[in-house]
Amino acid sequence: MSYWEFLAEYLPKLASGALMTIGVMICATLLAAAISILFGLMRLSRNWAFQGPATVYIEFFRGTSLLVQLYWIYYVLPLMGLTLTPFVSGVLALGLNFGAYGAEIVRGGIQSVPRGQWEAARALNLSVSQQMRSIIIPQTFPIVLPPVANLTVELLKATALVALISAVDLMFVAKQINATTWLSAQTFGTALLIYYVMARIALIPFLRWLEVLAARKVGKA
Amino acid sequence: MMEWRWDFTFEILPRMLWATGNTLLAAGVGYLIAVVVGLVLMLGQRTPSRIINVLVREAVEFIRSTPLLVQLFFVFFVAPQFGIKLSAWNSAMLTIGLHFGTYLSEVYRGALEGVPKGQWEACRALNFSTAYTYRRVVLPQAFPIALPGMGNYLVGIFKETPLLATIGVAELMHTANALGAETYRYLEPYTMVGFIFLIISLPTAMGLRRLEAAVSRAQGNTHL
Repeated sequence: MSYWEFLAEYLPKLASGALMTIGVMICATLLAAAISILFGLMRLSRNWAFQGPATVYIEFFRGTSLLVQLYWIYYVLPLMGLTLTPFVSGVLALGLNFGAYGAEIVRGGIQSVPRGQWEAARALNLSVSQQMRSIIIPQTFPIVLPPVANLTVELLKATALVALISAVDLMFVAKQINATTWLSAQTFGTALLIYYVMARIALIPFLRWLEVLAARKVGKA
Repeated sequence: MMEWRWDFTFEILPRMLWATGNTLLAAGVGYLIAVVVGLVLMLGQRTPSRIINVLVREAVEFIRSTPLLVQLFFVFFVAPQFGIKLSAWNSAMLTIGLHFGTYLSEVYRGALEGVPKGQWEACRALNFSTAYTYRRVVLPQAFPIALPGMGNYLVGIFKETPLLATIGVAELMHTANALGAETYRYLEPYTMVGFIFLIISLPTAMGLRRLEAAVSRAQGNTHL
């Protein structure tokens, strides 16, 4: 079987798997972003009731392995009466794991805004929420976006793990095709190429565009 | 609702600890390979030939932007297709070495670029050879810059080792899967894996942070 015949037969299947990968990635990114902002801000709080849980959460999820978290959510939570589908388990594990890394980026980004900006905002008699919204947050974007871009690419790669809890993503489809055809080089090679295309041709240019946009916005402001 | 059973926990503890040894071994060996591969990949982008530099650069980008899990399966299943016998352990070490080698090559590159250009110019003005410049001037200054990144990836590799279970390397996750299949109890094995990871990676990360501080202090005090 030539490679073209292989593609003609199996590319549609791989593409449908890739769609699932994209779905998992988008949902997990949104969840991770929400968690990052919430816990990043909690981490900065001077109130122990906020800072303590945020620190424990971040250290816990950064200190253990994503696969362990995924298995725990998928195999152990049902024993406690909470059964989740593979898709939901995957999104939850990825969101919680990457949210912990993202929270540290958010914290670093806010801390790196010079003190003078806070002081000037206060001197102008802006309320705390106004200071955050119109002075501090816009300035964190250009600082935060490059590490966020790295993390998003890592998240795309990490979505492959959901195949191990039988969510039908690109990796899962590739494993299935490999098990029936044993054309391993073609199957996993094509899967690798699809992941590469998603990262290099779609995701990374989009994130670079966001970086440029954020830098320009702050430059103009 | 399933209750936590301490007797079962202690019963499986010896096997879990034995597997932890394998996990640490896999992480350690994988890291050593990655450290060397990273060096080769970094130097491969600084050769006099532009074609080689671009090719190595693209290879690094490819490996960096595709999932470790897929690469693991690729190496493990494709090698036999071409008649190469590669055990699960060897496939795993090869893949981890290559994958994290690309990350470490970026760490090294950043560290070398972090040494001010003036240092190179001064060495040339003093008529030092390139080798001497690297050994006595550039590398000692690049090392503290590279150290945090190198430390992160040591912990990073450790945390990726559960993936090796998928191709049958008998590490911690693999043992937890096996114990679960034998006893139909998944609560204790998987929870223990989580805690074992936590009690190893948190102190390691803290120790690395101390080491960084110590090295940068030593460097600050000893430069001429």
